Amino acid sequence: MVPTMTTMLSVSNLSKVYEGGFQALRNVNLDIRRGEIFALLGPNGAGKTTLISIICGLVNASSGKVTVGGHDIVGDYRAARGLIGLVPQELTTEAFETPIKAVAFTRGLFGKPPNPAHIEKVLRSLSLWDKRNNRILTLSGGMKRRLLIAKALSHEPRILFLDEPTAGVDVELRRDMWALVRGLQKDGVTVILTTHYIEEAEEMADRIGVINKGEIVLVEDKAELMHKLGKKQLTVHLHAPIAQVPPALAAYALELAPDGATLTYTYDAERKHPGIAELLGGLNAAGIAFKDVNTTQSSLEDIFVSLVKK
Amino acid sequence: MNLYAIRAIYRFEMARAWRTLTQSIISPVLSTSLYFVVFGAAIGSRIPEVEGVSYGSFIVPGLMMLALLTQSIANASFGIFFPRFTGAIYEVLSAPVSYLEIVVAYVGAAATKSLVLGVIILITASLFVPLRIEHPLWMVLFLLLTTVTFSLLGFIIGIWADNFEKLQLVPMLVVTPLTFLGGTFYSISMLPPFWQTVTLFNPVVYLVSGFRWSFFGIADVEPALSLGMTLLFLGVCVAIVAWIFRTGYRLKP
Repeated sequence: MVPTMTTMLSVSNLSKVYEGGFQALRNVNLDIRRGEIFALLGPNGAGKTTLISIICGLVNASSGKVTVGGHDIVGDYRAARGLIGLVPQELTTEAFETPIKAVAFTRGLFGKPPNPAHIEKVLRSLSLWDKRNNRILTLSGGMKRRLLIAKALSHEPRILFLDEPTAGVDVELRRDMWALVRGLQKDGVTVILTTHYIEEAEEMADRIGVINKGEIVLVEDKAELMHKLGKKQLTVHLHAPIAQVPPALAAYALELAPDGATLTYTYDAERKHPGIAELLGGLNAAGIAFKDVNTTQSSLEDIFVSLVKK
Repeated sequence: MNLYAIRAIYRFEMARAWRTLTQSIISPVLSTSLYFVVFGAAIGSRIPEVEGVSYGSFIVPGLMMLALLTQSIANASFGIFFPRFTGAIYEVLSAPVSYLEIVVAYVGAAATKSLVLGVIILITASLFVPLRIEHPLWMVLFLLLTTVTFSLLGFIIGIWADNFEKLQLVPMLVVTPLTFLGGTFYSISMLPPFWQTVTLFNPVVYLVSGFRWSFFGIADVEPALSLGMTLLFLGVCVAIVAWIFRTGYRLKP
């Protein structure tokens, strides 16, 4: 892929083999567009954190190339890293410092002159302003998580990595974080989040990538993906149980529930003529009376599970 | 040059010293004062002068060195080990900071703390015993070189150690014996000839001897040799630190 003006992050042919011989990434290619929210999904050990760690400079790549905003992460690491904010998965903070000093520290590390107004804004937006002078060790887990986000935003990054941002976070805070991420997107910040929670990707992302065993198995617009891979199911609730599906309806590959009271028809939502009318007519013709029908569309979770199982 | 980053790390480290004032200043000053009381006043009064210097005064440079070496190593090793231990090091490694800047900040802070400590010990010592400094510029030079060199050594130990035990290992088992056997409390000319030769393999001998020469003009080895050995040791530490960063040893998998 040739990086364009709209490419914020470009990963090409990236591989990583750890010292013990474990291959964490296999020839990963990925382009992230400026200003999008990209969700990277994958099971534990799939290589999500390794990928982020290489981009952010925490892990050395074995081979391949990464550019951030057009800057090579090795040759031009200052310019590349200056654009990045990283919120790690683990709650790693200096216990004895105060939030306001910790956030100012990060800003300094990233080579930015002190800006108390910006730090106040960041702390307020994460509801940490009241706790700014408390020792970090007295903060709750959720507050520490927010503090890590505040630190990552302290130097006004253009691309933000959130590694499992809502793991072990309560519902309210999760909603707050989603709102924050949307606000950042409005300001033109590119956001890359890794998550186990499919609903989070479904809720937040513009595009979704799935990584499994170190390989990117899929990158797709979320809507497209759900559309393309989405299966629909029609469930027919029968008046009286039947022993078996009439042979005349064999073409529909219907599934009969063990109790014989419901029939399930799985069809592709993409198809123009899924044959629902014909199926229902066929049921009538076979003398099978039904009292209700309902349809369901498979969620991203189902899609994900089917991809990762392959 | 990312000066804001150097300043951020430096200030953070200095703030840590203030938070742990007892450990970083009070405790070493107290233990050094105890040495003065025991060796200088109690036992020292029964020991004859060493090359024209009273025993109490004679041990001042050695005691300062003892404190500088141990504190430089302790400060610098803990400063880099602790963020590695908690994981907070990710921030420094992912920042647009060069390795040189990281070393300058951490080692600079550790060396500053040791220098402050050295001056406090010197002032404390002057309350107990008469002191003179014949070569003040050389004294400052040895002071600077020693604190920087041993802060670098501490930095290396802090990166190498992967648990708290290893962090204590080198200071306890290597540095303390070498310092005690390095002429801190005696002139090596007091030793039998065989042990005088053995002692010359101890790098601390050169530090203590050179430092003592800057005070009283008396030395076990040539001051130029002392300076040369100190610079050599500094060079070795710099080379190891450069290797650590080039390979990412214990920092970047």
